[in-house]
Amino acid sequence: MRDALRQGLARLRAFFGKAAMDRDLDAEMSSHLAFAIEENLRRGLSPEEAARQALVRFGGVAQAKERHREARSLPALDTLLQDLRYTLRTLRRDRGFAAIAVLILALGMGANVAVFSVVNTILLRPLPFRDPQRLVWMASNRGVGGLSYVTYTVGVYEAFQRHNRSFQEVTAYQPFFGSSEYLMTGRGEPRQYTAVMVAENFFPMLGIKPVLGRLFTPEECHKGGRPAAMLSEYLWRHQFGADPSIIGRSIDLNLRPTTIVGVLPASFDFGSVFSPGARLDLFVPAVMDDIRNWGNTLAMLGRLKPGVTLAQAQAEVDVLMPQLYTAHKSEWFFDYPTAMSLLKDHVSGKLRRSLIALWSAVGLILLIVCVNLSNLLLARAAARGKEFAMRSALGAGRARVVQQLLTESLVLAGGGALLGLGIAWGITAYLARQGSIALPLLSTVRVDGAALGWTLLVAVTAAVLFGLAPGIKISGGNLQDVLKDGGHGMSAGRRHDRTRAVLVISEVALACVLLVGAGLLLRSFLHVLDVDLGFQPERAAAIQVVYDDGGKIERRGAILQEMLHRVDAIPGIQAAGIVDMLPLDRNRSWDFQAKGRVYRPGEIGAAFVYIATPGYLRAIGMQLLEGRDFTWQDTSTSERVVIINEAAARYHWPGQDPVGRIARTGGRDIKVIGVIRDVHESSVESGSGIEMYLPATQADPEGAELVVRTALPPDALASAVMHTLRKYNPLEPAAEFRTIQSIVDHATSPRRFFAMLVAIFAGLGLLLAALGIYGVISYSVSRQTQEIGVRMALGASAGRVQLAVISSTLRLALAGVAAGTLVSFAAARSIAALLFDTQPGDPLTFASIALVLSAVALLAGYLPARRASRVDPVVALRQN
Amino acid sequence: MPDKKLDLLQGTLDVMVLQTLAAMGALHGYGIARRIEQASGDAVLLNQGTIYASLVRLQQRGWISAEWGTSDNNRKAKFYTITKRGRKQLANDTAYWQRLSGVMGRLFAMQDEGGGQ
Repeated sequence: MRDALRQGLARLRAFFGKAAMDRDLDAEMSSHLAFAIEENLRRGLSPEEAARQALVRFGGVAQAKERHREARSLPALDTLLQDLRYTLRTLRRDRGFAAIAVLILALGMGANVAVFSVVNTILLRPLPFRDPQRLVWMASNRGVGGLSYVTYTVGVYEAFQRHNRSFQEVTAYQPFFGSSEYLMTGRGEPRQYTAVMVAENFFPMLGIKPVLGRLFTPEECHKGGRPAAMLSEYLWRHQFGADPSIIGRSIDLNLRPTTIVGVLPASFDFGSVFSPGARLDLFVPAVMDDIRNWGNTLAMLGRLKPGVTLAQAQAEVDVLMPQLYTAHKSEWFFDYPTAMSLLKDHVSGKLRRSLIALWSAVGLILLIVCVNLSNLLLARAAARGKEFAMRSALGAGRARVVQQLLTESLVLAGGGALLGLGIAWGITAYLARQGSIALPLLSTVRVDGAALGWTLLVAVTAAVLFGLAPGIKISGGNLQDVLKDGGHGMSAGRRHDRTRAVLVISEVALACVLLVGAGLLLRSFLHVLDVDLGFQPERAAAIQVVYDDGGKIERRGAILQEMLHRVDAIPGIQAAGIVDMLPLDRNRSWDFQAKGRVYRPGEIGAAFVYIATPGYLRAIGMQLLEGRDFTWQDTSTSERVVIINEAAARYHWPGQDPVGRIARTGGRDIKVIGVIRDVHESSVESGSGIEMYLPATQADPEGAELVVRTALPPDALASAVMHTLRKYNPLEPAAEFRTIQSIVDHATSPRRFFAMLVAIFAGLGLLLAALGIYGVISYSVSRQTQEIGVRMALGASAGRVQLAVISSTLRLALAGVAAGTLVSFAAARSIAALLFDTQPGDPLTFASIALVLSAVALLAGYLPARRASRVDPVVALRQN
Repeated sequence: MPDKKLDLLQGTLDVMVLQTLAAMGALHGYGIARRIEQASGDAVLLNQGTIYASLVRLQQRGWISAEWGTSDNNRKAKFYTITKRGRKQLANDTAYWQRLSGVMGRLFAMQDEGGGQ
């Protein structure tokens, strides 16, 4: 064993020290011959005879050297190097082919590696927390409904924390980020930040350690503790210039001096895990006693004890929650039926199907690339038929020829992989910066070690796939056949033609599957864009505003009215209003029922609540179906009023006119004064929930968004609006003007992301298929030049020749489309869950894809056909 | 790849080289080749060049060592000597060959007995 190792090392040394060892051997052999000649001379031979006999006894010098090399070094590696050198030489001679092959491969591999990186980041890689596989997400109401449904009160959180036996630790954060808006003042322009309130053990449970300073102390998390805040690394770098002395300093948050106690590591991006598409950079302690009366306000997660499974924890909570509810009946709203899932599944589970579809799409691309390359190599190999025939005539074994061809494809694949990695790196770097795409963990996408491994795997697989078929084909050929086949002018090489036809057909079929999938997803996306949202995003924009009413509801009306009055006066503003939450942005629910009606248990008793000023409905473009909008005469002392949507009217007053009826919310009567058309409040793709709108003069809003409808593009008015707001309130933060369209876009961004990527891949597939068809037809035309010449000499018209070429193209394409359509039916069914308002067998999509593919095939066949029809019989016949 | 017969031959030559070096001390390649030829009564007709593949292999395994030196008649030559580990290997090989030749001998004797049929 040790000897073998020693020998292996020595062989490796010898491999690299080839020249020196050869010199040494030469010297040794010449001294050997000198000894032999000397001895022969002593035996009385003539000098010539002495030399001759010495050489005879020595045997072949070249063979001895060869054996010496084989014995001392790594012959397989030698052969490989030889093949490599040969390959590089031939590829250099054929630069055009090499460039096209590498480019095609690079596109295929780039797409594959980029998508792998995304899949790896979102789906495969564990979450960036300590022991993430034991982290569990808890969703109340079995995860159904808006944020208020799936969250818990402080009381529930504390009771569960105390009584459960499945979890090592349970923690929580406050996901209604709007209720923790913090105005940072005293450092340049005032800025508004969305802070996340986290429980004391939030960071420790996830295993997050600060890079600077410390985590929150218990005192800071209790009522009356010193206000403290932690910064994300991003905020620290961009807002505080990465100044380490910031730790322990005080900043003004909502006019309260607050100590910055620590900076979180750059690897911790709260938004990318818990609120994809949002930046959340400021963290404050959730002081439980302060938020005890906020209703359902905490999102809960826990760390399982070692050995406890998710199912066991689920079984426990199913029993525990009703028990706790019985014990706390007076304080709890209901029994909090909880659905548990691994945190990882909560974060990325919904994307699994989309990602797998995306992965399959790039897999198809790679197959198409391989088929294309196979075709190219086959054409090249046919052209090199004589070379290979010569080599096997000279004694190269079949394995040796295949090895040579595989080396060639590996070199091409290697080149493609390198360029592809570059492409993938570009794509991932681009994606990582797309903060507005609501996909979890997207900001951490990068080409990492796993992606490199994947690249290697893909490259080798591809090389074998596209290199092996031509290799076997050629090396298996009968020498005579090859030499004959190499002749000119005949539509010979039927065997090759058949292989190539099969390759083209499969390429078209693969492209067809890809296009149908992309077509269905694109159609779904268009349907999503067409959804009537219940408001008009065009030419409307929102900006966060702050105002100081001292917490007194009776002062609020006058302040808001004056602010809106000034904004309204800006030229170009058509309508303005203020609301606390924008649709598709954030939501919360309050209890809401028709007065006097008896509800069965399990019936919905809550509604999404929006607190707005007069003018808001008009500004955002919601349509009042009946009744009236709020007015400034609806004050804290006048009758309490509410506007509901159609869904609320249908649910609570079925078949009746709700206007003028009395509802109950927060234990008080409230009169319905209007009904608006349904609004998609939480998702574009799911329907409308039950909504109620309350006047800001009668209920307490969570934050404030000024919504304006403009005659000009909203951006043109941004500075004028900002100027007006600043003049009115110097503390107005430097906030972004957000178009309402951007909020809608954000909500549809995951679908857009997937649809666009798949569409790009399908386009790539179509292009590759077209190239493949063109290559094959054009090749067969050039091989049949002489035959075409004969036909034309015998009287075939140019049109007839053209028709013949085009019809053979179409035959291939149609066969491919037919096969592809069959496969597509199955493939479409597997992505049915990803479609919106689109049938998997959508005839329009299928028909148009078939048409597009045929048209592209026609075009790809037309160019060679035209060339064929221009063949001059005289020239063609003279070619031999 | 060399086939089976060649493998056996290589192995045989390796043992011959080791034995020659063990018996004769330091020798150069030509000397080893001649010794083997002489010892076999010129029954082994060696392509002398093949000995160098054997020598480099043995050297890489650490069973012999080599050094350039000067011969009696003042000619530069590479001299090989057997190492300690080479001697151990030779002892193993000797035992193997003796056992093998014993077995072969008995096998051939058996054939003789049956030869009367």
